Amino acid sequence: MVSPLDAKLGRDLWRMKGQALAIAVVVGLGVLMLVMMDGLVNSLTETRDAYYARYRLAQVFAPLKRAPDRVLDDLRAIPGVAAVEGRVTGGALIDLPGLAVPARAEAISLPPHGPPRLNAVHLARGRLLDPTRADEILLLNGFAKAHGLEPGDRIAATMNGARRDFRIAGLVEAPEFLFSAPPGELMPDDSRFAVIWMNHSALAAAYDMDGAFNEALLSLTRGAETQAVLAAADRILEPYGGLGAYGLKDQISNRFITEEIAGLVVTSHVVPPVFLAVAAFLLNIVVSRMIRAEREQIGLLKAFGYTSFEVGLHYFKFIMAIAVGGAMLGCLFGVIGGRSLATVYQIYYKFPFLVFRVDPAAFVTGVAASVLAAAAGGILVLRGVFTLTPAVAMRAAAPADYSRAAAMGGILRTLLDQPSRMVLRRIAREPLRTLLAVIGIAAGMAISVAMVNVTAAFDITVERNFTLVDRSDVTLAFIEPLPDRVIHDLRRIAGVIEVEPFRSVPAVLRNGPQSYRGGISGLVAEPRLNRAVGADLAPLPIREDGVLLGSALAELLGVAPGDRLEIEVREGRRPVIEVTVAGVAETLIGSPAYMRIEALNRALKEPGRVSGAWLRIDAAQSGEIFRKLRGMPAVAGVTVATEARAALEKVMDSGAGAVRYLMTAIAAVITFGIVYNSARIAFAERARDLASLRAIGFTRAEAAFVLLGELAVIILLALPIGAVLGYFMGEAVSAGFSTDLYRVPALFVPEGYGAAAAAVLLAGMVSGWLVKRDVDRLDLVATLKARE
Amino acid sequence: MGRPPVRQGGTLRLVTPASDGAAFATQGLTKTYGAGPAAVHALRGVDLDVPRGEMVVLLGPSGSGKSTLLNILGGLDRATAGSARFRGAELTTMSDAALTRYRRHHVGFVFQFYNLMPSLTARENVELVTEIADDPLDPAEALALVGLESRLDHFPAQLSGGEQQRVAIARAVAKRPEVLFCDEPTGALDSTTGRAVLRVLQDVNRETGATVMIVTHAAATAAMAHRVIHFADGRIREVAVNAAPAPAETIEW
Repeated sequence: MVSPLDAKLGRDLWRMKGQALAIAVVVGLGVLMLVMMDGLVNSLTETRDAYYARYRLAQVFAPLKRAPDRVLDDLRAIPGVAAVEGRVTGGALIDLPGLAVPARAEAISLPPHGPPRLNAVHLARGRLLDPTRADEILLLNGFAKAHGLEPGDRIAATMNGARRDFRIAGLVEAPEFLFSAPPGELMPDDSRFAVIWMNHSALAAAYDMDGAFNEALLSLTRGAETQAVLAAADRILEPYGGLGAYGLKDQISNRFITEEIAGLVVTSHVVPPVFLAVAAFLLNIVVSRMIRAEREQIGLLKAFGYTSFEVGLHYFKFIMAIAVGGAMLGCLFGVIGGRSLATVYQIYYKFPFLVFRVDPAAFVTGVAASVLAAAAGGILVLRGVFTLTPAVAMRAAAPADYSRAAAMGGILRTLLDQPSRMVLRRIAREPLRTLLAVIGIAAGMAISVAMVNVTAAFDITVERNFTLVDRSDVTLAFIEPLPDRVIHDLRRIAGVIEVEPFRSVPAVLRNGPQSYRGGISGLVAEPRLNRAVGADLAPLPIREDGVLLGSALAELLGVAPGDRLEIEVREGRRPVIEVTVAGVAETLIGSPAYMRIEALNRALKEPGRVSGAWLRIDAAQSGEIFRKLRGMPAVAGVTVATEARAALEKVMDSGAGAVRYLMTAIAAVITFGIVYNSARIAFAERARDLASLRAIGFTRAEAAFVLLGELAVIILLALPIGAVLGYFMGEAVSAGFSTDLYRVPALFVPEGYGAAAAAVLLAGMVSGWLVKRDVDRLDLVATLKARE
Repeated sequence: MGRPPVRQGGTLRLVTPASDGAAFATQGLTKTYGAGPAAVHALRGVDLDVPRGEMVVLLGPSGSGKSTLLNILGGLDRATAGSARFRGAELTTMSDAALTRYRRHHVGFVFQFYNLMPSLTARENVELVTEIADDPLDPAEALALVGLESRLDHFPAQLSGGEQQRVAIARAVAKRPEVLFCDEPTGALDSTTGRAVLRVLQDVNRETGATVMIVTHAAATAAMAHRVIHFADGRIREVAVNAAPAPAETIEW
């Protein structure tokens, strides 16, 4: 048999279902966010690892000029090496109708019989290579999709200066090319970078690599020291033009996806707790106010001889039903949401399968946070109620003492009508209650402010990058460094307005144990087309005597201006230079390091060389300019700024940044939930007063004014507080969204505040309208008679 | 009511033999709300003896202290000074837990506004009390006692005021209390319904032997009492003993 108290519990929940649901939803959303993000992050990590393992992704990559196949045996002999694969790779250009400039591609050899020992490919469509056909290729699926290419289609590629025709046998995915960025660019772009796999013999012939390889792949035994293997491989490959072996963590696609997942991890560690905290805080406030409203029933139960513990348990169950119910809903929808979101990311990250998993700790954390917040809210108030004797608890609470607010009467009497004075006095009478209501709504507004700000900051990052940092229209990259007279040739092309040379080299930057594998960009003294900017966004000159680091990189390396930095150049003579950190530049995208072009060339002992150039061009003549650039054999790639910008926006909108939209939506729902709850509770607390007002002849509108006027004042007070809270919350959240690839600045975005304030006001109006309907429907007789 | 007054695990100890016949005895009982100039003196020293099994009516104007006395004797409130004993046990020094046990096992309450749980049916409202009592009546039996056997599964909102008050009485008597406190039990009822409610209280007094104490404004109620206590200004003005209480039906309203 259900005990009468439990029956009461069930029916009370049912009676308050609207409000209980509103609270449960807010709590649930906080938990949902936590579980969803955890599920997403866990699943992506596990899927990536499973994908890598299943397709035997190498743990060490060692590019070199050319070595005979027998050197592979030397590599195999390195302690800690489990398997070795040698392959031939080479740069290529793919010309397709409709492309303004040819797409860059990397060609990779596959062994004739069976899959490679390391770095296998996943066949998405078509079939694998026929070992007897020299003109067959496998094409990276992403590129094929971007250009509508199908198995059976033919494409032309330029390899080692010779143009050849190929037939696409199949479309593949590869764990080493989850993300494919054109060389020298940061952002992956499926449409402008292709990978093709060919029979080893055909590719070796094209690049003059018969019986040789120019990239070694190594997998390691469990527990092997990566650094030691790298050093040994470098030693072995040194005579063959080794370009420096690197581990998986520096492999570009892996780095990108690891960064993306890391970005999601940080986001999942920063944002959901903020949401959960806001939800918990709200739950606390709501529960305490709800219990206060139950004062008389508590007194009655105590009059019957129920102990404080029994009564407390009853209300505890009531609170827990809402908190745990909400948390369970959050877990359920969090799993569903996490799975759907993981599926979206699975497609985006090109995983052929998905391993979905939520860490049970996420459920525990979510439920525990809700339960604790609810319990804290309940205990605080129950304690207060229990100290009352039953007689006092049952007595209609003594008329609140408004004498404190009497002082304002004199002035106000002349200024305000009676209902307005009631509103003001009530607010002044219970400053703590008012304050809690204000903070509750402010917290709701703050998460909206933070999310709207962060969303706007993404756009601003892109905007700033392409108006303040990179102001070029076209970026040219040369196949190899050229003498700087090429700049004059470029200037002579009709329609080219401005040309700025740059030198870029791959390099490892080192400060003690901290190191970063990236590159150094050599710029002119006062760049105009691609600049470094300071924290104030003013352009920084490039000094002759040091290196200018992006702020994210300086942070990573733990260096400040004046510190020394070791730079191992991984090109040409591969000098190791030591330079002073001359300054720190505001980083928007990537982790750049700038030096003066002359200084860099001096260090390389290659004076007057340029790796490429930035161009500003007359848009009207772009067709002719691109035609001319395609005709220049030294040009390895042409990047059009608008395309690069589109690629960046795509990365931000489909990668780790994409969850910001979802989070903004959830923030909006939480904000609404908080405002609605505040209105509902205020109504519950004042139903009797309002009925009395109606009974003595107040119109519905006048009675509603007393209630809604208070709500309006509370909301207006909450707006500025919410704005300030939102700014700080935004700082935390934007730090959460920043990755190594791009930084989301914490910004003061006026529109963000406007939008959040408008959302709160709108929520206030809708809630007000909903509550107003209840004021209109008040059953005067019942409300005044029943002393529940 | 042959139940032993000392309960297992309880702290309620009777220091005088139960045979002395007094349900309640107070001396110099004082209750002050607030302090300083704003203090309200609800009781200004009340000395009173209530024999067991009597029906007692407390009369007096609003604020005369009768409800306050009822609350203190019922263990709902605490006195500021003085002594109040229930069958020899001192109520004023009892711990909260002891007061809770006292209310749980010895006392029934009927309030002016019924104070039913709106979310529970008539039967469930009674069960609320029978759940925690030692030797309760069957809830249906208790409701039959007040003539509501056909309305067991109605919610308070589906009952008239008189019916709600009868549920409240059933709830109060279902635990077989030794004392039944009624604060303005007919205050919200019309005369016919009020008489019916008083009739039920009188029956309870007769049939269960419970001491019944009724606070009321209605002076006519005095006719049905064994003892009538007149309150004024926080003090007892007069105690009248009625040798032949009238049946509730005959009371002029």
